This record gives sequence, structure tokens and C-alpha cells, in this order.
Amino acid sequence: MNLLRRWRWPALILLVIVSATLSIAVGSAAIPPGRALAALAGHGDPVERAILVELRLPRALLGLMVGAMLGLAGAALQGYLRNPLAEPSVLGASNGAALGAVVALYFGLAELHPAVLPLLAVAGALVSLVILFLLAGGGESPLTLILAGIAISTMTLAGISLALNLAPNPFAAMEITSWLLGSLEDRAFSHVLLAAPPIVIGMALLAGQGRALDALTLGEDGAAALGVDLRRTRARLLAGVGIGVGGAVAVSGSIGFVGLIVPHLIRPLTDRSPSAVLWPSALGGAALLSLADLLVRLVPTANELKLGVVTAFLGVPLFLVHLLRARRLW
Amino acid sequence: MVSLVAEDVGVTLGGRDVVHGVSARLEGGTLVGVLGPNGAGKSTLIRALVGLLPARGRVLLEGEPVAAMPRAQVARTIAYLPQGQTLHWPLGVERLVALGRLPHLGPFSRIGEADRAAVARAMDRAEVTHLADRTATELSGGERARVLLARALAVEAPVLVADEPLASLDPEHQLHGMELLRGEAAAGRLVIAVLHDLGLAARFCDRLLVMDGGRLVADGPPGAVLTPALLAQVYRVEAAFEGGAVIPLRRLG
Repeated sequence: MNLLRRWRWPALILLVIVSATLSIAVGSAAIPPGRALAALAGHGDPVERAILVELRLPRALLGLMVGAMLGLAGAALQGYLRNPLAEPSVLGASNGAALGAVVALYFGLAELHPAVLPLLAVAGALVSLVILFLLAGGGESPLTLILAGIAISTMTLAGISLALNLAPNPFAAMEITSWLLGSLEDRAFSHVLLAAPPIVIGMALLAGQGRALDALTLGEDGAAALGVDLRRTRARLLAGVGIGVGGAVAVSGSIGFVGLIVPHLIRPLTDRSPSAVLWPSALGGAALLSLADLLVRLVPTANELKLGVVTAFLGVPLFLVHLLRARRLW
Repeated sequence: MVSLVAEDVGVTLGGRDVVHGVSARLEGGTLVGVLGPNGAGKSTLIRALVGLLPARGRVLLEGEPVAAMPRAQVARTIAYLPQGQTLHWPLGVERLVALGRLPHLGPFSRIGEADRAAVARAMDRAEVTHLADRTATELSGGERARVLLARALAVEAPVLVADEPLASLDPEHQLHGMELLRGEAAAGRLVIAVLHDLGLAARFCDRLLVMDGGRLVADGPPGAVLTPALLAQVYRVEAAFEGGAVIPLRRLG
């Protein structure tokens, strides 16, 4: 464990590189490494080139970007709310973003301008986060926060179903699941370009918050007495999570639990201060989502598994561990 | 020397007047005890002095209104130890004490040699050096109180404001805590501490502020302030005064 603590940065970076490489190398069409490299460099068979450059590369990139954003957002929310169960999807922000995206797509708004889709997703995430903070008050009690998150998730879920029902769309039921469970299937470079700006902005807003989050370990008064501007911290955190997660969800749908699982796995490798968990969680999230997406492609099912199904299976045990600890059974 | 001046300070919380018309001029080099029964407005008053609550009137730190100062500047000038032992993550003791250096760090700088020396000094003075490698949330209440006091000392600010720093300390560490605060004052700092032990307040403080019902009802050296009449009026107790000790004997109906 101590070895892993000392080497956490190189280990995480290596993990990200390995999972990204696997994500590009593995797929339904078997392409040997030599030919894959040639194709990526722009030579070789045009079909293989198309598969690698137009299908697998954007998918791998999106897996890394979305995963990093979700991991970072989870770590930042947990630090800010001082609550180890906080996470964009548990708190309803991801579903809020999905509702925004669904409204943009199925009412034809997304055709007006390419920026409408991510903008509405960001707006959806921000509105749900603002409602959450209003409902949960200070947010120091895990219970009120989780309850508020459930209320918002349920409301946005109903909103997504309603929007898809009302939309002139014969595949409503199928689409609902793909937005609620998330997927990176059949994504193109246009999706990368769509998601990149909000994710970069979101990460930049969260980047400088480490110290404020550390100070919040001592509670709000303690942090303010250490020079933290609480209102500015809250505004930047809300904006960072809303914009980043909104951008991520706009291309992937709502993928749950990444932001919950990753900080929990990372925390033992650090000194457990919120700032130390932030960036490793971004790397961990990138690796985790890439590997989950790899699993989705490798499991031989008739329809491709949804990405959120895999992350949910990984997330539930964490809740159980918390439950057992709360009941002092562990 | 540092000065903290309250001019007609009042605080309304949730529509209730919690602190009303408090004026006092506090100077460096003194240990000021804030006394009063539960709910008298002690914590609210000192939170207003640190600028954590919007208050009526004015609080002047070195002649400048605290409310208009940048938070980081206030944080470097006043170290504040909040009531209770709020600690949300299981940090190591040394890491926790180092949080006291946050106000001194530049935007992208890391904790440096000088900061590490300040942390070591603070841990030494609060006698928690032997706990350095422990996890703060796993300590006993008294140990944790001393670690949090060390966190406040690590700021090395000219003003130290502590809300019930002696809560959950055993007698030896209560005495040690008071000696420590005394030492801070002797080094020229202004130390303001909310206290409940009348005897310790009488023996160690230079000056006592007594709050009751949100008002400042007495202000002066312990000998002049802690009188049978005041204890009867404010705490509704009869007390014995013996060799510097104040022992509550009986409740007054």
C-alpha cells in the first residue's frame, strides 16, 4: 500500500495509457497492432483506417474525457459537501443534464446550432444542482443530501420520459434507456469537439479549489476563518460541476457512480485531504470509464451493454459498504 | 501592538437579536476571557469580531473595518478556533495542523520550510508532537481539542480567538491550555477565549467580558468583575471565593 501511495501518480498515468491503448486496440473487428499503428499513421487498409480513426479513436477519447470529468466532479462534490456519498449522478445533476440534452435533441433545437445541445445539458445540470443546494441547505447531513438527490433524480427522470413520450419519436423507450444509462457507442469526432469545451472549462473551474476544499474540513466557519471566500467557492464549484458534467452527459448520457467509486478508490492512496484526491480522481475516472467501455464491447451480448449498467454494478457495492459501516457490521 | 475594537456591535440571527450594543477596545498583550451563561451570545459575539457574521456597528482590526478587509488578510491577522471539534475527513494530525498555514500560502505555492517550522512549533506548544502520525478523527476528545488548538496556533497570527478551547480537556490539560494562552498573550498577542470555568478565568485572564442576554454586562479585571452580585445576577448561582478559586455552591431560585 505504501509503495502504491508513493507511486500513485506514475501508476495512475500508466493505467490511463494502458486503458486508452486497449480501448483503441480492441473491438469487433480484429486488427493486429502493426496494421493498427499503420492505419493510425494514415497508411494501410482504408477500411481499417476508417474503423480506427473514425470509430475507435473518438470513442476512446470520449471515454477518457467523460471519465476524467466525472471522477473530478465526484471528488470535488465530496470535498465541498464533506460527504463521501456525493456524486453527480447520485445528486441528480447527471440526469438534469440528460433532460436538457433530450429536450435539445428531440424537439429539434439541436439542429438550430451545434452548441444548443451542450448548452441545454449544462443548463439542466446547473438547475438541478441549484435546486439540490436549496433543498439540502448546508448539506452537511448525508441523509438530507441523498434525499434531495433522489427527489431531483426522480423528477428529471420523469421529465426525460415525458419529453421522449411527447417527442415525435417512435423509438422513445429505447432512447430513454440510452440517455439514462449512458453509452459511448457510435460516437464520432464531432462529439469530441462538442464535449471538449465544456469539459475543459469545468475542469479549469474545479482545478483551483483544492485549498478551499481542504479548509472546509474544519467546517464552514473554520474555512472562512482561514481566508476562504465561501460564496465564491460555492459559485465556482456549482459552475465547474454543472458545465463539465453537462458537457460530458451531452455526448454520453448519464453514466452513474464513476464520481462515487473513483474518489473512494483513490483516497487510501493519498493523505485523505480533499485536494489530494482531486486530480488523481480525474485520472482514475478516465481509466475506469475506458475499462468499463472495453468490458461493454467484450461481453458477447446480442445488443451492446449500456455503459451505465457496468458502472452501476461497480457502484452498488460501495453503497453496501457504507451501509454496513453505518450499521457497524463492518 | 495589535488592536481589535468593537463599536456598538449587534447581530440578528433568524430575526432574533442575539448580540446587542457591545463596545470594547481590546489590545495586544492581553488574555481576554469571555464569560456568560449558555445562550448569552458569546460565540455569536466572537464570530462577529472575526467577521464571520454580518453585524451592525463596526469591528475595527488595526483601525480598519473587518467587514471591508479581504478575507485572506483577516485570516492572516486573526486565528480562530471554532466551537466543537468539526473535522470532516480523517486527516493525519500533522496535515491537519498544517491547514493553519493556508492563509500564508500564495496562489500556487506549496508549503515551505518556514511553514513546516511554524507547524512544528505549534505542535510542540500544544504538546501534540507525539501524535503527529496519528489520524485526527481517531484521537480522544481531549487530544483532538489540543490538535485543533495547535492548528489555530500554526497560523501565528497577532490575534487568537478561541471558542471554548478547554472543552473536554482533563484538569492537567486545562491548566496547560490556560498557560499556553497566557504565554501567547505574554508574547504580545491578543488572545480572546470563551471560557466556562470561572476559577481558571479568574486566575489566568487579564480582563473578563461577561455577556448576558446578548448584552455586555461587565468588563474589567477578574477581581473587579467576578463579584457575588454579578454571579447571582448572570449565572443565578451563589459561589465561594477561596484563594483565587471560584466554586459554584448553590443555585439561586
